[in-house]
Amino acid sequence: MENIDALTHGIGGRRVLIRRHSLTVRLSHWLNVLCMTVLLFSGLQIFNAHPALYWGQYGADNDPSVLSMEAVEEGDAIKGKTRIGGLSFDTTGVLGISNVDGEATARGFPAWITLPSYQDLATGRRWHFFFAWLFVINGLIYMAYGVIARHFLRDLLPAQAELTPGNLRHEIVDHARLRFPKGEKARHYNALQKLTYLFVIFLLLPVMIATGLTMSPGFDAFAPWLIDLFGGRQSARTLHFITASALVAFVVVHVAMVLVSGLFNNMRSMITGRYAIDIDDLTEVKP
Amino acid sequence: MSRIITRRRFLIGSTLTASALGLSGCDALVESPKVQSILKIAEGMTMKTQRALIGDDTLAREFTMADISPTFRANGTSMPDGAQYQDLLSRKFSTWQLEVGGLVERPTKLSLAALKAMPSRTQITRHDCVEGWSAIGQWTGVPLGAVLNKVGLKPEARYVAFHCADEYEKTLDGSGWYYESIDLVDAFHPQTILAHSMNGRDLEVPHGAPLRLRVERQLGYKQAKYLMRIEAVADLSGLYGGNGGFWEDRGYEWYAGI
Repeated sequence: MENIDALTHGIGGRRVLIRRHSLTVRLSHWLNVLCMTVLLFSGLQIFNAHPALYWGQYGADNDPSVLSMEAVEEGDAIKGKTRIGGLSFDTTGVLGISNVDGEATARGFPAWITLPSYQDLATGRRWHFFFAWLFVINGLIYMAYGVIARHFLRDLLPAQAELTPGNLRHEIVDHARLRFPKGEKARHYNALQKLTYLFVIFLLLPVMIATGLTMSPGFDAFAPWLIDLFGGRQSARTLHFITASALVAFVVVHVAMVLVSGLFNNMRSMITGRYAIDIDDLTEVKP
Repeated sequence: MSRIITRRRFLIGSTLTASALGLSGCDALVESPKVQSILKIAEGMTMKTQRALIGDDTLAREFTMADISPTFRANGTSMPDGAQYQDLLSRKFSTWQLEVGGLVERPTKLSLAALKAMPSRTQITRHDCVEGWSAIGQWTGVPLGAVLNKVGLKPEARYVAFHCADEYEKTLDGSGWYYESIDLVDAFHPQTILAHSMNGRDLEVPHGAPLRLRVERQLGYKQAKYLMRIEAVADLSGLYGGNGGFWEDRGYEWYAGI
């Protein structure tokens, strides 16, 4: 098929570079990559200072936890135990207990995923709050741009027709088969992308910031309604962790999709702004 | 065209460098003094923003009796060693006196009985440890502002420092004594009290008997226990490590509002 098309339309006319991402989107995207990476690794360092999560206003050693990572002695061996609600898992080597310089050490998350690698809450906090500020400023600029440049309306808001059960089912099946839009359809995000990005931008990331601020005794004095919104400081801390996990899951799927739907083309579009699409009819080309 | 390729080469090159540095390179970056001083910008931004948003006298959330933690975790020192504290404890703090001095008009010593005779404030608040856990307790004590008004601050006083009876880290140079400091905004905040009672009883030793500080809009390490001496100062550089507190000298933020 492809050869026939190429012959019909002439060589070199089929593949065009369109302008996909604006400079603001590209810059804010890569700044976000930097911020979220540092925030995750320093966040796990902070979590390790007290590797347990609670629900409600208060929570400490003697209160029931919803999640905990512990080093437990079992006979002669020390095991890493991760407990979620009533379920307990042996996570020796990764969670609860892991090797630091060849020595089994009691710690929540392992050294290779915390910043710094060794236990140092003060430094973890310094990094976390610096990059939290950068993340918030970057996010505010992006939000302002999204509204003013109509990025949200034009690129992210799905059309009514895209949200029909039929279309969504069709897109889910296509995604599962790793069949991605081609030609004119590849000019825009599909409905699944739009909905996912809207969910991340307008729900997950704001909840991340709001639950983070709820953990601040200073900010709580300014906005006590946040404590009520999340059901207490310890609930906010747990939600901060759950939302961070959801963001990690998003990034895993996002990166996987970037890989399978054309790594070079996707990377080029997020770095230079140019994205290649295949056009069947040359008269449709609008660079 | 060549310019674009150059830029692309640059981008690929810098990505490779970044991944080659990897996580092992992170620790080296973390320990760089220059990086550390850049990161400290965040503390100033947080303090300025929070102070502007909160308002000087806005109260921290207060809770009800029903919200009090069944067990209030004691952190840091749970029993100061040293003959002086042991002697005070054995006499049930009847000989203990709080020294109030430094940049004040009338340096004073206050006994526990004298402090308890002053008008007090009772508040049920949440104690947030920097590690992440929280506990709710009821505190009764004398507003610090009342004590400072009694002794009269000199105009050059900018901070109030708290010297404690516990040497939390044993060092040869004595730099391990617990101390803390707050500025005058927090010192005169209505909820900033010198607490002598917790949950309706005299303060127990693990919680800082006979007297501890409560600064309710900041984290747990600001709530200095085992108070012995209060000192009004013009700046913090003359105290121990010069950063205004035991944990501050060990890398933690002086402004612990987050």
